[in-house]
Amino acid sequence: MAISAPDGEPAVSNTYHKSRTWLLLPSWVVLGALSLVPAILMLVYSFLTKEFRGGVIWEFSLAAYDQFFFDRGLFGDDSPTLDWTYIAIFWRSFWQAGAATLLSLAIGFPTAYFIATRPVQTRAIWVFLITIPYWVNLLIRTVSMKFLLRDEGPLNLSLMAVGLIDSPLQIVNTNLAVQLGLFYSYLPFMVLPIYAAVERYDFSLSEAAADLYASKWVTLHRILLPVTKPGVIAGCILVFVPSLGSFLAPDLLGGAKNYMIGSLIEEQFKGNAGNWPFGAAASMILLTIVLVILIAFARQQSRLERGRV
Amino acid sequence: MAGLSVKLDVRSYSGFKAVTFLCLIILYAPLLVVTIYSFNASNSIASWDGFSVHWYVDVFTGPESAKFKRAAWNSFAIALIAATVSTMIATLAATGMIRAGKFKLRTLSFGLISLPLMVPEIVTAVATLIFFNAIGFERGFATIIFAHIAFCIPFAYLPIAARMQGIDETVEQAALDLYATRQQVFTRILLPLMTPGIISGFLLAFIVSLDDFIITNFVKGAGVETLPTAIFGAVKQGIKPNIMAISTLLLSVSVVMVTISYFVSKTDKTT
Repeated sequence: MAISAPDGEPAVSNTYHKSRTWLLLPSWVVLGALSLVPAILMLVYSFLTKEFRGGVIWEFSLAAYDQFFFDRGLFGDDSPTLDWTYIAIFWRSFWQAGAATLLSLAIGFPTAYFIATRPVQTRAIWVFLITIPYWVNLLIRTVSMKFLLRDEGPLNLSLMAVGLIDSPLQIVNTNLAVQLGLFYSYLPFMVLPIYAAVERYDFSLSEAAADLYASKWVTLHRILLPVTKPGVIAGCILVFVPSLGSFLAPDLLGGAKNYMIGSLIEEQFKGNAGNWPFGAAASMILLTIVLVILIAFARQQSRLERGRV
Repeated sequence: MAGLSVKLDVRSYSGFKAVTFLCLIILYAPLLVVTIYSFNASNSIASWDGFSVHWYVDVFTGPESAKFKRAAWNSFAIALIAATVSTMIATLAATGMIRAGKFKLRTLSFGLISLPLMVPEIVTAVATLIFFNAIGFERGFATIIFAHIAFCIPFAYLPIAARMQGIDETVEQAALDLYATRQQVFTRILLPLMTPGIISGFLLAFIVSLDDFIITNFVKGAGVETLPTAIFGAVKQGIKPNIMAISTLLLSVSVVMVTISYFVSKTDKTT
């Protein structure tokens, strides 16, 4: 997922500069037509009028954004007041994604650190073990999680067998289940960038700190964490961003009460609400939030890089 | 003496090893549980009645087998086409990005290639659906293939580009000095050296396509199902044992392909 900026690459070879256009043309055409143009059309659609059975009428309208932010009463003629329904769904998504990110960090940082301090020959195997689950179908992983957490599922049964609890814990259809699902979905994304950062870490810094009688946890807090910060932030972004727009975890694990942005958007196109301009507007708002996060991240990373040199 | 051992051991934190094992347990436990329960003899998922493969038999011969066979056939056909096309596009793009000097549009091209990775998948799904709707392209099998080709390009590109960066350019320079044409250098030297990267890119693209649910769910036509959309539809009515058997099969395909991809890229002994 993490792509290094092209500028950071070693010297660029020049062998095929004459055929450059032809080499890149297929990717420009395909991605232009299927990524860039659709994104622009989505923006256009968010300003159109809704067609009741799905689709749009090509007439300019601000109704989608109006519906998102304002309440105009039952007949639409009251003076607009701020409507919290959809803002609350976005807020809940932030909160769920944030909780999943913190949980991933708590498990992911020690794991990444442990792997990065293994002998060089075994590191690749550890990284491989962490990545395998990522490549397993997200739907299957989410269903597996639901199966495991179910009231009469293996987790509850074994907790009861051990005697830790008397009656099954109700986890499915709660906020916790969604957080666990998101955490489980994107945990490998937390480990990999932190691993890369710790692997580059110069341990003579920790040795110097130990020589100066710093305790290990002070060293961790004051030296290791600040130095590996770019990796930690990258991991947090890689977990937070896909969590924010995720559909499967809230849909399968959360039930109707634990609605997130992904479910709201999906419903506009697949479900009964069928309001395409509103779905496009909600997608645009989500995309804008994600782009703001990514741009802030890129600027922060380049600031940290410059600070190092 | 105690002080010395602490100093030597400055790298290790007590508890981190335990957390690592906890992490691996968390990552693998749900998958193992589903795999184990797919071999359950019981008709219900709630109890364990001993080992049996009868849910696997059910997947291939049971009442729902026709539906799942059609979905599996669709999934594999789409993944094969999407992975092949996106790998070809990604190979050309990587050559253009890494072997064709610096140029003005390079950063922009790179942004375009990584665009599908930055944007939340549901937003890509909405945008693609709107695109097909706006140009009046009827949703069906073809719309899934087009959407998957675009989405798979960055996944194919990453291992291919990584491999190409690792290839020493002097080999190509030597061939050029000996009057090989650029085309010969590309097909006879660069491509063979690139093979591990290309195979690994193809396999990753294949898995990404095979596994995709969200985009497929948006752009597929009525009646066209892939394995993930068929599984999702079935799961909505409750998790049944035959779903666990299908999931285990699909899970195994992914694990086998990722493992092959890993070992192929390990053959990277030239650099």
